[in-house]
Amino acid sequence: MIGGGLMGAAIAWRLAQRGREVTVVTGPGPIEAPGATAAWASAGMLAPVTETNFTETGLLDLNLDSLRRWPRFVDELADTGADPGYRTDSTLSVAQSPDDAARLSDFADFCDDHDLTTKRLTSREARRLEPLLSPRVRSALLVEADVSCDNRMLWSALIHAATTAGVRFTPGEVEAVTTDDDRATGVRLRTAEQVTADHIVLAAGAWSGSIDLPVEVPVRPVKGQILRLHAGTLPRLTHTVRAFSHGQEVYLVPRHHGEVVVGASVEEMGFDTRVTGEGAWSLLRDARQVMPLTAEYTLNEFSVGFRPGTPDNSPFLGPSGVPGLTLACGHHRNGVLLVPLTADAVVEHITDGRLPDCAAPFTLARPMTARKPRREEEP
Amino acid sequence: MITPDAPPPEIPAATPFTIAGRTFDSRLIMGTGGAPSMDVLEEALIASGTELTTVAMRRVDAKAKGSVIELLDRLGIDVLPNTAGCFTSTETVMYAELAREALETDWIKLEAIGDEATLLPDPIETLEAAEQLVAKGFTVLVYTNDDPVLARHLADTGCAAIMPLGAPIGSGLGIRNPHNIELIVENATVPIILDAGIGTASDAALAMELGCDGVLLASAVTRCHAPGLMARAMRDAVHAGHAARHAGRIPQRRYAEASSAMEGRID
Repeated sequence: MIGGGLMGAAIAWRLAQRGREVTVVTGPGPIEAPGATAAWASAGMLAPVTETNFTETGLLDLNLDSLRRWPRFVDELADTGADPGYRTDSTLSVAQSPDDAARLSDFADFCDDHDLTTKRLTSREARRLEPLLSPRVRSALLVEADVSCDNRMLWSALIHAATTAGVRFTPGEVEAVTTDDDRATGVRLRTAEQVTADHIVLAAGAWSGSIDLPVEVPVRPVKGQILRLHAGTLPRLTHTVRAFSHGQEVYLVPRHHGEVVVGASVEEMGFDTRVTGEGAWSLLRDARQVMPLTAEYTLNEFSVGFRPGTPDNSPFLGPSGVPGLTLACGHHRNGVLLVPLTADAVVEHITDGRLPDCAAPFTLARPMTARKPRREEEP
Repeated sequence: MITPDAPPPEIPAATPFTIAGRTFDSRLIMGTGGAPSMDVLEEALIASGTELTTVAMRRVDAKAKGSVIELLDRLGIDVLPNTAGCFTSTETVMYAELAREALETDWIKLEAIGDEATLLPDPIETLEAAEQLVAKGFTVLVYTNDDPVLARHLADTGCAAIMPLGAPIGSGLGIRNPHNIELIVENATVPIILDAGIGTASDAALAMELGCDGVLLASAVTRCHAPGLMARAMRDAVHAGHAARHAGRIPQRRYAEASSAMEGRID
């Protein structure tokens, strides 16, 4: 298993449950840039509805499928004694300016057209649900499907479950996947050490595209700056709040222990780990506009994480085209949400030799514009 | 007599679209901001037929793997770096120099913003930056307000193209002051490219009918429901508007004039 993030740990756990012997090589990400993995940095939203957009309805189906797997996934983790900080409080999407309200209304229409259940709320209705919202919130959309988990607790929980099931975690920075006669046979570490295996899984998050592979896997880092505030003894949010705020987008995700995660920038800056003035200031500004009390919270952490981006924002699941090499990478903005489905699909692919139907449209072999013959779009 | 098989009339070849000695077949310059994914952006760029596309230097690492720069290179589309997000002439010049080094191009779309809510250009900083960039040997395509006097000053400074806004960036409000755009076009000594404010295809067609040499747009395509389809619509609109401009429109009249003459009709 290349990568000890959420995907690596979850798949390893599931494989061990099926009696497989698994070694997880935890690099390269966490070693090169501690804390910059999506597993650690992200906000943990399980949000198929509010994450969708006009051009990604295929991905929406995958995300909805994974969301339905979450309650059982949490129960199974709980059986190992681990708690992933899952919470079922729903999401409020809010709009500030008239322009923002028009955009939210456009999105609500899109949800109606795609049978996604939402409820339009007035400002006062929204503030009765979430009194900490600014009175300047103009309109809102209640999305009951979209919930959250504490991704850091989830990560610990998965490592605990996997370790308990017999998975071995070993630090190391994978440089290449080695092959013999066109079959993947193992990995070579930066230290030149070789590790051989019957089967290799690539789950290296944003670093998946930086490893020397027998096939091209187009994954790139998409930088996000994110911050963590703590309520202390002050009142807390209950819902995840997502806002269109004067043309900007911001989200606030509350945790049971009083933290609220505020994110996030979207930057095409390679592996740039800097927190910038602009990044910090705009998150604080937007958070305060949506929920004024955030200004009084304790600022606990500013961090940078890298989403594993792909050309069409969808993950690569299952066969790589190279025997012995399976893909579980490129989850972009939906990694936490897609953990249960990815683990199920990849394990089935490895143990039974077939990829479930839900994951079939998301193999590396799918058509992307880059590979389609050029055509002119006509109505 | 025109037979059904005859090719449609061509737009006069005497009007190629040339900026600083470089000629383009497409009069549509695209921006990349706001696209939901690289894949959707690629589809839109191909459908638009663009040959020149602008990229914000503050927001991309030109050397990053899978970047928009790499995408444009693969599609054979020239990169026009821009200074979006800069407020001062100092920042603007610095980003232009970074772009020149990173992308090996002297071309720069100069953008100096004066106000965050409207993203309107700051005329003073813009003129200052234009003077400095021209002196440093850049080919400057300058984003400016729809002010004919400022447009003249910028052209006199040595800018290679003047890019007046139709409306604020991303607003989709169309061309709010067509009369000013006409005045800018009438007095032009360099190409005029309508930049910012385009919401839909008719806005792009209007820009060309007013006599602009080209149109630059991004949000209208990247943020709409079907970017590939809208990109194709914009391509057609720019072409149609340009053709209409050269076809010589009829005068507008207060009263009707029958399209078939009344005299000599068979009873």
